[in-house]
Amino acid sequence: MNGAFAPFRQAVRRDLLLAARHKTEVITALFFFVIVVNLLPLGIGPDQDLLRKIAPGALWIGALLATLLGLQRLFAPDHQDGTLEQMALSPQPFTLLIAGKIMAHWLVSGLPVVMVAPLLGVQFDLPGRSLAILTLSLLLGTPILSLIGAVGAALTLGVRGSGVLLSLLILPLYIPALIFGAGAVEADLAGLGIEGHFSLLGALLLACIVFAPWVTTVALRVALE
Amino acid sequence: MLSVSHLTCQRGERVLFRDLSFALPASQWLQVAGSNGAGKTSLLRILAGLSEPAEGQVTWKGRRLREDRAAFHADLLYLGHQGALKEELTPLENLTLGLGMEGFSPGEEAAAEALGRFGLQGREQLPTRYLSAGQRRRVLLCRLMLRPAPLWILDEPFTALDVHAVGVLSRLIERHLASGGSAVLTSHQAMPLPPGLSVTL
Repeated sequence: MNGAFAPFRQAVRRDLLLAARHKTEVITALFFFVIVVNLLPLGIGPDQDLLRKIAPGALWIGALLATLLGLQRLFAPDHQDGTLEQMALSPQPFTLLIAGKIMAHWLVSGLPVVMVAPLLGVQFDLPGRSLAILTLSLLLGTPILSLIGAVGAALTLGVRGSGVLLSLLILPLYIPALIFGAGAVEADLAGLGIEGHFSLLGALLLACIVFAPWVTTVALRVALE
Repeated sequence: MLSVSHLTCQRGERVLFRDLSFALPASQWLQVAGSNGAGKTSLLRILAGLSEPAEGQVTWKGRRLREDRAAFHADLLYLGHQGALKEELTPLENLTLGLGMEGFSPGEEAAAEALGRFGLQGREQLPTRYLSAGQRRRVLLCRLMLRPAPLWILDEPFTALDVHAVGVLSRLIERHLASGGSAVLTSHQAMPLPPGLSVTL
């Protein structure tokens, strides 16, 4: 177990070290999330009922956009300086190395969003129970965003104007995660169970963990040709 | 042994080379010569298994590359044009993390010693962006000392090196050949190595 996942851990360690040397990028994505989510109450005004209603959707959309911000740089620098080539030529499984990169992307862009989400939720006057459900849904959902995003980033690698293309390609694929993630809070407020939403979110996450790194690898091999 | 039969490489409409065949036995090196844009790097990428030839096949130890990628890549050390150096990491981190992803852990001491032999002592902890082109190249070449592999494929290894580094590198290659390894190199200059095979594109 330990040995088989060594390349995964190596890739995570390397990308985290690189992120630590690029602190501004990490902070930019997080601030972007905070600002986008803050703009909504300012624009809508102090209608507490309305704010409470839109809170889950607002936080989820903020999380989607913040994830998208870092995606373009997931593979592009490594493609430019030849690191991806060396990874593809490594005797270690390429898929595991790429899975490590995706994991690092989530740790750097998804996890901070999950951690500040409860604070921002308070601004929308969400009750404690809803805050917990929202945070949990983001904890399950943000890895899905990174995993699906990696596929898009790999497919648009080396394409001119890849930023816009990436958004057009990826945002529609985020819809199921958005519906079940934001929907969980609303279902709870309406007195319906949340199990259904969380089960579907979990199933989506498992499917992404199994397929996304593999599809990403195939797309990257094509980009490297 | 690396052998190539009836290789054709096509980039878009243009055929770079056609019907190329050669064999590279152990303890031998092969120079790939040709003018700019003749397809030297394309050939090396095909040999390394990064891209597929339009026709023909490459075999290593009698097996086609695609049959057992992991085994071939364990035997291969490839140094391309860019070489995967991260500007924000130190030379030491670049070496240990880069090799770590390939499943080798040379240890910091061995990596520092290799850097020292290429005249980079005292710069192990400096971010790579402060190094000159030649110094970056030397950081890359340290991989040759730290990662054992019977087949070396090096794209223009002598570019940007000073006299001292050229000496160190040619001694490394000679020792690699003497211990039964083989190497494929491209270069525009005459190389300070014992005579080897050559292919002109």
